Amino acid sequence: MARITAGVGSSHVPLLGVAVDQGKSDDDYFGPIFKGYEWTRKWEANTQPDVVILVYNDHASAFDANIIPTFAIGCGDHYKSADEGWGPRAVPDVEGHADLAWHIAQSLILDEFDMTIINEMDVDHGLTVPLSMMFGQPAKWPVKVVPLAVNVVTYPVPSGNRCWALGEAIKRAVESFPEDLNVQIWGTGGMSHQLQGPRAGLLNREWDNKFLDALIGDSDAARWIPHIEYLRETGSEGIEMVMWLIMRGALGRETRLLHRHYHIPCSNTAIGHIVLEPVD
Amino acid sequence: MSNNDATQGKKPALNIHEYLAELDDIPGTRIYTAARARKGYWINQFAMSLMKAENRARFKADERAYLDEWNISEAAKEALLARDYNRLLDLGGNVYFLSKLFSSDGLPFAEAVSTMTDMTWPEYRQMMLDGGRSAEGNRSIKANLAAAAANKGAN
Ligand SMILES: [Fe+2]
Repeated sequence: MARITAGVGSSHVPLLGVAVDQGKSDDDYFGPIFKGYEWTRKWEANTQPDVVILVYNDHASAFDANIIPTFAIGCGDHYKSADEGWGPRAVPDVEGHADLAWHIAQSLILDEFDMTIINEMDVDHGLTVPLSMMFGQPAKWPVKVVPLAVNVVTYPVPSGNRCWALGEAIKRAVESFPEDLNVQIWGTGGMSHQLQGPRAGLLNREWDNKFLDALIGDSDAARWIPHIEYLRETGSEGIEMVMWLIMRGALGRETRLLHRHYHIPCSNTAIGHIVLEPVD
Repeated sequence: MSNNDATQGKKPALNIHEYLAELDDIPGTRIYTAARARKGYWINQFAMSLMKAENRARFKADERAYLDEWNISEAAKEALLARDYNRLLDLGGNVYFLSKLFSSDGLPFAEAVSTMTDMTWPEYRQMMLDGGRSAEGNRSIKANLAAAAANKGAN
């Protein structure tokens, strides 16, 4: 049986990908950010997951303004890095796990989550930056990836509660996959940031850390945070944090903290990172 | 997180009109609602077209002529030519789409973002290094107006 053995939360700021690609991750600006991922890189190397269900959002790369899936799951065999206007990042292609992805897609639909299925797409920094943060610069990514793209751009975006419930359904789906697989789920994006308008640059260390606290233990209070609270407290793009709730929901009733990191700033954004495991 | 419904594990009732009204109560912010997405559809699709190198080249060769190929209002064309991003947000542009124009211009994302604030790029960068903009006083237009009125009364 496949199992979800851990959950990872991480920001996915594009500039972090630039730092990795240009070898700047030790400098004064980026050093303190990357230091907080060293623990996780060792842990990933030791725990060796087979598959990562990677919850992220597309930033007008694979999807334009025409088609806006609320929840989309990548069921293909491989994905290329998207050209976001500067040429594609020089990272390895992302290998999918089509068997698991199709199993999850079917299970979710039967479980009343009406997923959009994607066979071919390019994946942008939302997906490749977390891979770089967790694995560095390997010739080939050490895991297969099931991309799960969430609309957090066009309103209304899904509620925190819906995201949490989707996570719960993903856990059930994974546990009914017959093959023995060590599966992690990653929730990416956030933390506080606003990239638009005169209020751009908003950061909120205190609120972000309360959010991280809320992911640990047996409380499910975070699923009820309304959109407006994310927007007022953490900036318009802070709403990306609802994607972390899919990860949290998939870890079951209670979690244990393995690692945590927070740093301000990276470009316009507060960097948050957490590693959790389910408590059975 | 202080929400009372939260601690009781209840699903809060939601009214779409109240929901949308609240989205417009944030100072200095244009939430990308369905109404804005409809209004700005071709602005965003134009911006998206700049992901292709041949389109970028044609746009750069004659910006006005390239824009004239699109079903975009005169006001929006002017805002695009002027790189007036706050105006473009009002006209339904979204930053993730508009960022294709930042990158066509070779402008780093954060620097382009700073043009929407009342700061210069070095000032903005320094604000971020100093911990960013505080949420204090930036949460609600209504609350700010009420506080200002109360203040006036007190004086
Ligand atoms: Fe993002």
